[in-house]
Amino acid sequence: MHYLFEPGLFSSGPVRTALLVGAVVAVTSGVIGVFTVLRGQSFAGHSLADVATTGGSGAFLVGVNQFWGFLVAGVVAAALMEGIGVQRRRGRDVATGVVLGAALGLAALFLYLGTLRTATTGAAFTVLFGSIFVISPDTVPVLIASGAVALLVVAVLARVLLLTSVSPDLARARGVHVRLVGIVYLAALAVSVSLAAVAIGAVLSTALLIGPAATALRLTKSPVRAMAVSALAGLAATWLGIVGAYDSYYWPPHGHGWPVSFFVVVLVLAGYLLSYLRPRLRRPPRSPHEEAAECGPEAARV
Amino acid sequence: MFSGLMLNTWIAASLVAVIAGITGYFAVLRGSTFAAHAIPNGAFAGAAGASLLGINVIWGLAVFAVGGALGIGALGDRKARHDVVTALTLVVMLGLGALFVSVSSQYAEETYALLFGEVFGVSRGELLPIGGLGIAAAVAIGVAFRPLMLTSALPEVAAARGVSTRRVELYFLIVMALATSMTVPVVGALLMFSLMIGPAAAARSVTARPGVAMALSVAIALATVWLSIALSYQTNWPLGFFVGVIGAGFYLVGLAARRVAAPRAAAG
Repeated sequence: MHYLFEPGLFSSGPVRTALLVGAVVAVTSGVIGVFTVLRGQSFAGHSLADVATTGGSGAFLVGVNQFWGFLVAGVVAAALMEGIGVQRRRGRDVATGVVLGAALGLAALFLYLGTLRTATTGAAFTVLFGSIFVISPDTVPVLIASGAVALLVVAVLARVLLLTSVSPDLARARGVHVRLVGIVYLAALAVSVSLAAVAIGAVLSTALLIGPAATALRLTKSPVRAMAVSALAGLAATWLGIVGAYDSYYWPPHGHGWPVSFFVVVLVLAGYLLSYLRPRLRRPPRSPHEEAAECGPEAARV
Repeated sequence: MFSGLMLNTWIAASLVAVIAGITGYFAVLRGSTFAAHAIPNGAFAGAAGASLLGINVIWGLAVFAVGGALGIGALGDRKARHDVVTALTLVVMLGLGALFVSVSSQYAEETYALLFGEVFGVSRGELLPIGGLGIAAAVAIGVAFRPLMLTSALPEVAAARGVSTRRVELYFLIVMALATSMTVPVVGALLMFSLMIGPAAAARSVTARPGVAMALSVAIALATVWLSIALSYQTNWPLGFFVGVIGAGFYLVGLAARRVAAPRAAAG
């Protein structure tokens, strides 16, 4: 046992917090990620994490609690992306890119102003990479609450979301306000992703959002089953990653743990590549419309 | 503002703007916005690795940028899930970056420069590679102009004519990667992205004609960069801030112009 778990792993406070936060983030991201992948919004998911951290550093400068900074930034960015975005996938990516570009510019300014005040340049790191081992325990309830809110919103919207993801035209014909659904969904995504980004870094939050969900969707066609698989895969990757990072303290160079995000990313990628090994499900020749419908057979059948 | 060292800045930034304007136009047209974000950002991780090994950062940037382009191009088998593969490639590169950074643990000062650029410290020696690359990228796109246009605008027609969409995509991504690896040390990973997307998107929203849009994209990129340098010089605020915000501003102006010309917008 000691070869796998270094002594003291489970008695360390930061590790227990990390395991808990990691689990919350992994499950939330896993479930919401399935919709993100189905809707082709990986870019938005990643951008919202970046944008939210910009808001966080802005709030820090102003002296407001950081949570408000990244919540406001995330939600505003979500509204902007959906607001100026054309409905087609390509136009949406451009809108996302423009919002992200402006946010990154602001991040440059905030970091610059921040370095004027504190004379450290480490801020850029924290924003990108974060660290799951230095989460303060007060953050945990906020994380759990926001994850729960995001999950609740997605659960309530699940059917409508699937329908608008798979066939916006059909949804519109049935009287669904496609754009409103899009904004509410992106806002939920922003809440979950931004909290994750602040806690564990934008890299890790994107990895957990996209990797497990994409893997699950390769393995099963049922969205509900995909959500379960995705949440479990994310959880496994996170916990193994934390254990790996803890153990790596004794690896070269000595006295310096390897980052959790590295382990998790490697595990997530391995899972995704392994899913390629599974023989493809029956696949007749298809048109682009069926390509979209393939994502959610149940919704397509409605 | 135009003396000695600053002259290098103006020249380098103008060259970068031209490269960004051209590659950005195709990035927006082809819907490769995410790749345009992922490649420079991932390349930044390569720079961290290079500095860990003690070699020139250019090599790290080039290896990671081209590696990222190959990863996105090779794994992205279907258009529908292209963004997933891009996201995974990006996080893998950044995950490696996190490892490099934490192992070397003395990288913080350089990080800021690589993310946000150091355009005011460009030396004459750096101008040559940038200029050479600018020409190479322009030529690479000029040579493949027709297949690039065709696969972007009419993928079905391109497929019917036997043009491999995938190969063209890979070609384009590699051009973007090379452009990135030379420009990142000068203007920074984040800046390169803003400069590629904002002006090109603005140009696209005003006109649908490829030649005009591309020229406009380059012109807007140049205007963005020049304005940013002037403002940054005056205020001492970071260049990246001005480039990001002015680029987005141009896009909004373009959108507004399109709304005003509403009848034609419906067709575009």
